This record gives sequence, C-alpha cells and structure tokens, in this order.
Amino acid sequence: MSDQGRPPKIRIENVSYSYDGKLALRNVTLDIPARAITVLFGPAGGGKTTLLRLINRLNDLIEGTQMSGRVLLDGEDIYAPGTDLVELRRRVGMVFALPLPLPGTVRENVLYGPKLAGVRDRTRLDEILYRSLQQAALWDEVKDRLDDPASTLSGGQQQRLCIARSLALEPEVLLLDEPTSGLDPISTGKVEESLFNLKRNYTIVIVPHSIQQAARVADVAAFMLMGELVECGPGSALFVRPRDRRTEDYITGRFG
Amino acid sequence: MNRHIQQKIGFILLGLTALMVVMPILFVVGHIAASGARAITEEFITGMPRNGMKEGGILPAIVGTLVLTLGTALVAIPLGVGGAIYLSEYARDTWLTRTVRLAIINLAGIPSVVYGLFGLGMFVLFLRFGTSILAGCLTLAIMTLPVIVSAAEEALRAVPVEFRTVIFSLGGTRWQSIRYIVLPQALPGIITGVILGLLRAAGETAPILFTVAAFYLPRLPRSIFDETMALPYHLYVISTHVPGMPMHIQYGTALVLLVLVLSMNLLASLIRSYYRKRRQW
Repeated sequence: MSDQGRPPKIRIENVSYSYDGKLALRNVTLDIPARAITVLFGPAGGGKTTLLRLINRLNDLIEGTQMSGRVLLDGEDIYAPGTDLVELRRRVGMVFALPLPLPGTVRENVLYGPKLAGVRDRTRLDEILYRSLQQAALWDEVKDRLDDPASTLSGGQQQRLCIARSLALEPEVLLLDEPTSGLDPISTGKVEESLFNLKRNYTIVIVPHSIQQAARVADVAAFMLMGELVECGPGSALFVRPRDRRTEDYITGRFG
Repeated sequence: MNRHIQQKIGFILLGLTALMVVMPILFVVGHIAASGARAITEEFITGMPRNGMKEGGILPAIVGTLVLTLGTALVAIPLGVGGAIYLSEYARDTWLTRTVRLAIINLAGIPSVVYGLFGLGMFVLFLRFGTSILAGCLTLAIMTLPVIVSAAEEALRAVPVEFRTVIFSLGGTRWQSIRYIVLPQALPGIITGVILGLLRAAGETAPILFTVAAFYLPRLPRSIFDETMALPYHLYVISTHVPGMPMHIQYGTALVLLVLVLSMNLLASLIRSYYRKRRQW
C-alpha cells in the first residue's frame, strides 16, 4: 500500500462498546489508512455498524450506551470533552443502508449540508452541486431533473444522491453502511465505480453487503465476528490467504 | 350459515352503525339551519342588540368570540407547540417528562367548568385582571393546551427518525433538524391539532362564564381588560334568561356559532388532505 509508514487517518484504540450492558464491541483496535477503501465485513451482529457509527459519533443519539477506549482522527481523540460534534460530522460524512432522501428536490438534497453550514452564495452552491453529483457518478442522469422531487429518482439514483449529499460538505472521511443493500447489480456497479473514483481524495470506510463486494472494493479489509476484530490486512492478501481459521471459514462460506 | 351471507349481514350492520353516527349531525345542522336561516339578515350579523336583545343584531358576540379565539391562539400556540417540540425532540425519558405527559393527558379530561373556576380564582381575582378578555383568553388557552400539545407531539413523532439522523450526519444541530425538516413536515398535523383545539375554545361557555363574558354589552370591546359578549354565552343567556325571546333569534345565533365552528373544522380537514397528498414519505 502506498500509504504505508504514514500515520493512519483514523485510529481505533482498544474500543469496547455496549448497549444497555450488552457488549457490541470487545477491545477493538484498528488503523484506517487515508485515501483508501477500508472494508468492515463479517456476519450480522458483529459490530460493524456500531464501529462505523462511532467514527462520526452518531451513536451518541442512543441512550444507555457505554464506551471505553479512544477513536483518533488525525491523531486527535474525537471523544475528548469539548469536541465539536457539528465540525466532526462535517469532516466525517455518512451514507446509510437505505437511500434516505430528505423531503425536497434533487438540488435541495445535495445542498442540505452546505445550507446547514451557512453557505448562501449561489455560484458557490452551483459549483458544489455540480462537483458532488459528478463525484457520485449521478450528474449525467439528473442534470435535467435537478428540481424534481428527490423521491422520483430510482433507488440506485437515490443512493448515489445520498452519497453526493455527503460529498457536498467535502468531508475527509466517508462512512458507508451497506450502501448497496437495496440496489440491483447495475446500480451497485455504479456506486462501486464512484467509490473507486472517490478514494483518490477521500478516506472511505464501508460495510459491504456481501463478501464479493468486500473483495471487489477492499484496499484494507477487517473481519469482525461477535464484537471482535478477528483479522485485518490488505484486501489482496486477506481474501486469498486469511491467517485466522474463522476468517477462512467465513470467506469460503462455511458459516454466515 | 353460509359465510357469504354472514359477510353480507356484517356489512349491513356496520353500515347502519356508521349511518347512526352521521344522522345526529345531519339532523342538528339541518334543524338549526332551517329554523335559524330566517333570522340571518345584514342587521343581525352587523348590528348591536336592541330592546333587551329581542331585536337587532349580535355583532358584539361575534366579535367577542373571534377576539377570544384569536387571543387564545396567541397564548396557546407558542406554548403548546413549543412544549410539544421539547417533549418530542429534546426531553429524555425521565420521571419528570413522564409526569408532564401524564399531566397533559389528565388536563384534557378536566371538565370545562373547572377551568372556568380556576380562571376566576387565578386570573380574575388573584392576578387582578378582573372580568376581562385577558383573563378569558388565558383560561381558554389553558383548556386548549393539552389538545394542542398532544396533537403537535404526535405529529412531530410521526416524522421518521431517519430524517433527523441524516441532518445530524450532515453536521446539522438538533435545532436545525427541527427547523428544516421536523417542523415543516409536522406542520399540517400541528395546524390540524391547533384548529381543533381552538374550535373547542370558540364553542365553550363554562370557561368564559366567570372570566370574561358579559350578559349584555351592546358595544365592541375596547381593550384586553374589557368584558365582552361571546356567542356561546349569549346563546345560553337568550335561551334561558330572557323571557319572551323570539325563537328565530335563538336559532339564528346558534346557526352563526355553528357556521363559524364548522368552517374552522372544514379548514382543518382541507389543510390536512392538501399536505397529505404532497407528503413524500
């Protein structure tokens, strides 16, 4: 990997996490490199989504949780007291499993983030709109429908719209939680294609919706099982020669 | 018995019950309209009462009811909607919020005459507002609050939680999620609740009985510390306290009150159905 030797973009350090006393993450340590796609994969209930939502502190919204350990973004603990959550979430964008367009038009959806941040300048907003939709590989399909309600787009288009919406804030990190779980193979291909383009500028962490997808997109892959990080390594190696027996069993389809 | 026949019988019985529900409404409205239509003249709507209310118009009562409803709205809407936003968006589930919710439910069940007595003790006497529009509006507002709070809270909670999560993930604050998504999306439900609450306030007699209503005051109110006539109380007065009252004036007054209240109700329904069609979730 090209970024070897450089400090990681995100470092997850001895993180344990529980919901109402039920342990969801057990002592997880993981380095996430900048400008690469890191894949968190494994069977359901392994803690992938929990880990993902820790990185932009969306888990804060849930009551009755407990956490220990640290999450560092560029070396700074994002759980330190006094952390600006608004600032953090502008730096760390998120795309959810189901396409969740907000009420309003295509244009309004893409520009929600900048609008919340107080950007009012029309030319600036138009630039952001164009750039974000281009990056999400959606511009050509919606350039004549910018003022249609977002809900009239197809599922695949809506999901790329949600990616564009996150990109509009020019985040440093993009978190994607099974972004293609509701999509057909062609739309899935388009979303993956946009991810390949994005990793040149962004740090991407994705929970894939299948092992095949994990293998296709991973620069770094991390296998998670029942709250534990079993194994982590370059995608090219991990899917070919897993070191841990459990990883091998899962990849070869013996369980999960 | 053949299940198709069972089905048919069930269908007819349920249809009849539905009809029974509609019948009284139609009958009341029809009866009042038929008996009161004769009284509706320009003078009746725009004139002052004369000759011990047996002649002339009911303008002070109409204006009084409109003013009271408006004043109630001014007090109850900010408090009610604000409280609902707090309960739905900010409050965590603690004994305090549970108590507040319980109080709201119980407030809705209190008989209106009790609100009237409370208003008399609290606003008219203790706070020395006297028998006044101010005291009346405050009393009506307290009575209306539980309706507005529950309806608004329900409407706010109906907005999918994912919308809020998306706003947070885009670096929005709690208030921005309310301002840009939750409140606009819940607005039709809130407006409906507000109108239904105000409707009740407009038609009630007991809460204004001791706090604002004048028996006979043939002029328009001059300030919020003035007394005023109001349609429900006026109707009560001319139906029970004035001997030799012409029937058609009683019915005419009832008709005016009914039209006022039903048109507010109709407005609420229109708003609701208009926004429901435009909703994108």
